[in-house]
Amino acid sequence: MTTVDRPPYRIVGTRPIRHDGIDKVTGRAKYANDVQIPGHLHARFLRSPHAHARILSIDTSRAEALPGVFAVVTGKDFPEVSAVLREQTEGAMANMGLLSRHIMARDKAWFRGHAVAAVAADSPHRAEEALKLIEVRYELLPPVLDALEAMKPDAPIVIDGLVTNTSRTTRAGGILGPGEDGPQSNVATTFVMELGDLANGFEEADIILERDYHTTAAHQGYIEPQAATAFWSTDHQLTIWTSTQGPFAVRDNTAAILKLSPGQVKVVPAEIGGGFGAKLNITIEPVAALLAMKCGRPVKLAVSRLEVFEAMGPASPAYVHLRMGITNEGRITAADTRLIFEAGAIPGSPVPGAANCMFSPYNIANGRIEGIDVVVNKPKTLSYRAPGAPSGAYAVEQMLDEFAAMLGKDPIELRLLNAAHEGDRRINGVACGSMGFQETLEAAAATDHYRSPIEGPWRGRGVAAGFWGNATGPASVIAGLLPDGRVSYIEGSVDIGGTRTTAAMMFAEAVGMPVTDVRPSVADTDSIGFTSNTGGSSVTFKQGWAAYEAAQDLKRQLIERAAKTWDVPVDRVRYEAGVCTNLDDEAKTLTTNQIAARMNGTGGPIIGHATVVPRGVAGGFAVHIADVEVDPATGKVTLTRYSCVQDVGTAIHPGYVEGQMQGGAAQGIGWAINEEYVYNAEGRMENSSFLDYRMPTALDLPPIETHLVEVPNPGHPFGVRGVGEAAFVPPLPAMANAVAHALGTRMYDLPMSPRRVLEALARQ
Amino acid sequence: MATVFVSQVLRPFVPGRSVEVPGRTVGQVVEALGARYPGVIAVLLEDGDLRPGVAVSVGDQLAQDGLLEPVGPGDEVHFLPAFAGG
Repeated sequence: MTTVDRPPYRIVGTRPIRHDGIDKVTGRAKYANDVQIPGHLHARFLRSPHAHARILSIDTSRAEALPGVFAVVTGKDFPEVSAVLREQTEGAMANMGLLSRHIMARDKAWFRGHAVAAVAADSPHRAEEALKLIEVRYELLPPVLDALEAMKPDAPIVIDGLVTNTSRTTRAGGILGPGEDGPQSNVATTFVMELGDLANGFEEADIILERDYHTTAAHQGYIEPQAATAFWSTDHQLTIWTSTQGPFAVRDNTAAILKLSPGQVKVVPAEIGGGFGAKLNITIEPVAALLAMKCGRPVKLAVSRLEVFEAMGPASPAYVHLRMGITNEGRITAADTRLIFEAGAIPGSPVPGAANCMFSPYNIANGRIEGIDVVVNKPKTLSYRAPGAPSGAYAVEQMLDEFAAMLGKDPIELRLLNAAHEGDRRINGVACGSMGFQETLEAAAATDHYRSPIEGPWRGRGVAAGFWGNATGPASVIAGLLPDGRVSYIEGSVDIGGTRTTAAMMFAEAVGMPVTDVRPSVADTDSIGFTSNTGGSSVTFKQGWAAYEAAQDLKRQLIERAAKTWDVPVDRVRYEAGVCTNLDDEAKTLTTNQIAARMNGTGGPIIGHATVVPRGVAGGFAVHIADVEVDPATGKVTLTRYSCVQDVGTAIHPGYVEGQMQGGAAQGIGWAINEEYVYNAEGRMENSSFLDYRMPTALDLPPIETHLVEVPNPGHPFGVRGVGEAAFVPPLPAMANAVAHALGTRMYDLPMSPRRVLEALARQ
Repeated sequence: MATVFVSQVLRPFVPGRSVEVPGRTVGQVVEALGARYPGVIAVLLEDGDLRPGVAVSVGDQLAQDGLLEPVGPGDEVHFLPAFAGG
């Protein structure tokens, strides 16, 4: 672990036991499917068995007549909402009209698994029985399942009326209005970013490579399927208990889709059994709500693993065409790429994420990035850690590996030669801020792993880098002093990865109290100020700012209370580590515990609070090293050693940071060598279970070594950078480079599964 | 004066690679751009606010306060496709 210029923290940098740990290991923690509202009903979805079909009619009369059935909803029960884009937190956007139609089909089923109806009944079995009584007449349409196919002029049109936006600003929503005519397309959006002079850049190059890369859809691998319970009270207030990364997004988007006022909706976030981006936005909540509104009873809606695979949406598959030029000395002179991302059934793939991140580790003077967002007959793709960035890095980092081999250069040395530094301009035009890429590369080169030899047949080592910009957003905290001197610390960020403990640590550090005296919890949307999603690697950054500000507020009030007690001005009170001292008589002290015990008789409750929208975000860089051995008889890739080196800013809780790095690596390794959504020609996913969708387990992975490079972010009171997503960017190319060196031939598409490895060997 | 980089969004209306305009907020910068280059307002604003899908970067930081985001003298302003994390 490398430490750079770190202040003498007492709590930051330690590894306390997480506050929610006992509840989680003893099974007491409440997840969304544990919510039991007295008298609640059970709901189930009826889903389209066809990937593309016009819905001619839906007859629910027999289901509604079944005793024990309380409500049935179809697309006709949903209000029509505008097809105009709506801003989400973190700069994302959603076309609410299309999102509503994705949640419940109207005139067309866009993918197999598209919900066409839902039933609420007094038991799960009754609800399932009722589904069988619903009659849906379909007119089958040819599905289009691949982005390249969907872009052809004669491809079936997925969304009636969709026209291409040449940028994200030229037409709100991208849908033809009533009476409008225009060329319909499955290409939802295109954009271009340019820097410098591309032609001159390629003129300056001694070597130019041009390649096509393909990454497949990958499941986020969250253990807990989506579940939500909704209750519509007689005074027209909606309460939703759900598993989400964004309770405020659920509130606002459910309200928008059901045409309610956001003030009518309260969202109670449960503990979350994994999200990785897939639970940022609404999926099932409006359906549970509509059923509850229709029958006046609480309704619980929990989906199965099959529904997760068929309907909830994976990471986007992507096609990357890349052309880069380099000098004989190893200087990249130009980069030109075309990114084609599958969005699933409605627009909104993470192609901007790929565009903004893929070249960001490097200083490239001349570049062009074209991004294309394409709809197909599959569920809408959802975010998955650093959305878009792994697919972009998969291309860039493989091409750099090829350049290094052609030039006879060490792959880390080549990256160091081209590493971006503060002030260098990215291809999107934005100048780099504080960054620790060079330090990360140097730390990677110095690891025992990288310096150790790798020998023997069918073995190879791969290196790759990755970048994620990290995010921020509003964050809110209420820190109430309890009578025993402890603090009830209430925050708005759903806890993923131990973030409530890291927030408590930063608060305790700033106040000067033991972290065990801080009791963190996550509030519902009525009980705390707006807080943006738990996503974008933003939480520790923004909640750290909120914790710091709330701590200052609490300390100010403690000083005021002590000053009032001693009848002295506040500037005659010194606060230090939980003790107020009277500067006019230093024998007089008041501890936080003493003030707390008497606070209701000395001026009332003491509650620190903060709502922040912090600036100062700094991106994060990761470098991964992978050693693999390939069995030429079976094609199986075995990972023998793996190291993650990352610029993490200040590691608030190093154990959690290491966990983020190891988790990101494990998920990326699985995507690289095993995972894919296998569809048949009719658009049916053929491996829709964790038995057939093969994520790596502990048995498949060696211990993943972590090296934390701490380059504190100057834009944060504790030097925090986001860490959760940068760790997920390098694994695809690191594994690809390792397999290429082991095989002696390179594969340009994923996954590098045994069958594909054998095919690559056969082509050799 | 702020330096606005001419991204694809602005290219049909604004010549060159960058342009200097006055403004202490993103909103004032947009207004100044629109006064000088007709057409800009329509692609950047919708109902008086930034269009959804447009991210604004001031320096190396994505703007959090939309049109009210402060812009300092010499700051760079970029209009980019919005993107989000996971």
